[in-house]
Amino acid sequence: MTAVTSTVTTDAYEGASPEAAFEAAVAADERIEPRDWMPDAYRTTLIRQMAQHAHSEIIGMQPEANWITRAPSLRRKAILMAKVQDEAGHGLYLYSAAETLGTGRDELLDKLHAGRQRYSSIFNYPTLTWADVGAIGWLVDGAAITNQVPLCRCSYGPYARAMVRICKEESFHQRQGYELLLTLSRGTAAQREMAQDAVNRWWWPSLMMFGPPDDASAHSAQSMAWKIKRHSNDELRQRFVDICVPQAETLGLTLPDPDLTWNEERGHYDFGAIDWTEFQEVLKGNGPCNEQRITQRRRAHEEGAWVREAAAAYAAKHSAQHTQHAQTDGKATA
Amino acid sequence: MTGPSAATGAAHAAALALGDDALVLSHRLGEWAGHAPVLEEEVALANIALDLLGQARVLLGLAGDEDELAYLREERDFRNLQLVEQPNGDFAHTIARQLYFSVYQRLLYERLAAGDGELAALAAKAVKEVAYHQDHAEHWTLRLGDGTPESHERMQRACQTLWRYTGEMFQPVEGLDVDWQALRDTWLSATADVLGRATLTMPTGPQSGAWSAGAGRQGLHTEPFGRMLAEMQHLHRSHPGASW
Repeated sequence: MTAVTSTVTTDAYEGASPEAAFEAAVAADERIEPRDWMPDAYRTTLIRQMAQHAHSEIIGMQPEANWITRAPSLRRKAILMAKVQDEAGHGLYLYSAAETLGTGRDELLDKLHAGRQRYSSIFNYPTLTWADVGAIGWLVDGAAITNQVPLCRCSYGPYARAMVRICKEESFHQRQGYELLLTLSRGTAAQREMAQDAVNRWWWPSLMMFGPPDDASAHSAQSMAWKIKRHSNDELRQRFVDICVPQAETLGLTLPDPDLTWNEERGHYDFGAIDWTEFQEVLKGNGPCNEQRITQRRRAHEEGAWVREAAAAYAAKHSAQHTQHAQTDGKATA
Repeated sequence: MTGPSAATGAAHAAALALGDDALVLSHRLGEWAGHAPVLEEEVALANIALDLLGQARVLLGLAGDEDELAYLREERDFRNLQLVEQPNGDFAHTIARQLYFSVYQRLLYERLAAGDGELAALAAKAVKEVAYHQDHAEHWTLRLGDGTPESHERMQRACQTLWRYTGEMFQPVEGLDVDWQALRDTWLSATADVLGRATLTMPTGPQSGAWSAGAGRQGLHTEPFGRMLAEMQHLHRSHPGASW
């Protein structure tokens, strides 16, 4: 029962100041729940992170939806449609979870549309071939999972619970993406080439998904102290590289990094330097698809305004009618 | 095109016609991904598209190899209704198309499910999905028709624009033992009921013309369809014989 954890800071630490109760709950690995007291900065950080996460699901539909109408078999088309549908669902969970912190989905979407909140930089890269759908599944979803599995233990309850559901579905997508690439890499020469090209283009952007290096990560230390984050960016990035190298070998594909070598001493793969200038450029809005992605999102929202207004007007009319009926009924029985 | 286990003759023709309807409408709905007016509709439209794609795969599987049939036939060989190939247009246009088709599909599949033809089992499963599709389309017809003046006007226009493609649904399909006249009557009264509740008026004019009566079922399509197939088939055709 969630109620057990949600009463922790109000009951178990009764008598303590709210600050002390919050600190004690975090230290004891208990969950912070919506009605618990929390520092303003904790709330703000969570809203920022959860909104960015929700926005990433929504913007992330675009590069993949780009291939729905061209999927090369009906089986693959069904898998891809189901995946894009799941992403919309993940966006919905995450907006709901963010709303427990006192914000609203409309407000968050407005901020996304105005460029005041971000989404993952990875979705500013284009999907140029069918193999990109596989590379996104394997590498992008793989990186997302590496990042998100620790969030299942995040100190904020609603976020942690959303992540449990999301991670299950993401793992499924990741395996499907890998299987797509495996099929291509064992297919014709042209398919194999397509797979390699996609991996070449998606590898480095996927490594950038873990965020800036630890010494340049603005929010890391505080997020780790609050147990929103459990591992540093570089730690997770290393974990991801270590997982991917043998998977690439199984695929029979290479990773586009001449410096990638096993380091016996560290027990990890060493890898080459990330182009942080490119990362910064993409974050600033100068990536290959930034403009296109946000324009499409805004357009869908603006062109859908009359539909949302219609739904609201209909609901208002009919709830007014219900109220009227109820009042009439009330008078009749009174 | 017919494999060893494929249905033959009339059953083949019926599976192809219904399979093509589901395949083509699913494709059109798939074009909405990332463009829907509200997130819940991203989920709903994709959900309906997936149901239809599932139906298409079973039906085309009865007629032959699903991918060969979907990706290697040309426009003149497709047997779908012209209604389902109509471009999405605005949300009202998509909903009107969905309302007309899902009411038809539900009535037709209920009849098939009650019969003992080769498609009875498939129809029995699909009719549950289609009931949901119809419910979704009806609710949006009500919201748009009885929403704001703008949504009312858009919905009325969409119903009118698509009206001339509705007659085709009641042209007999080879291999289906259905009372098409009765189907048409039931469809008309069900549709009139929804439109009436949505404060919309029944469209006027013929439900089909000399060029459209039963045309899709004979492989005569509208211009946007060829372009839709070009996009759908391009990658598959670029790699003959490849597995995906």
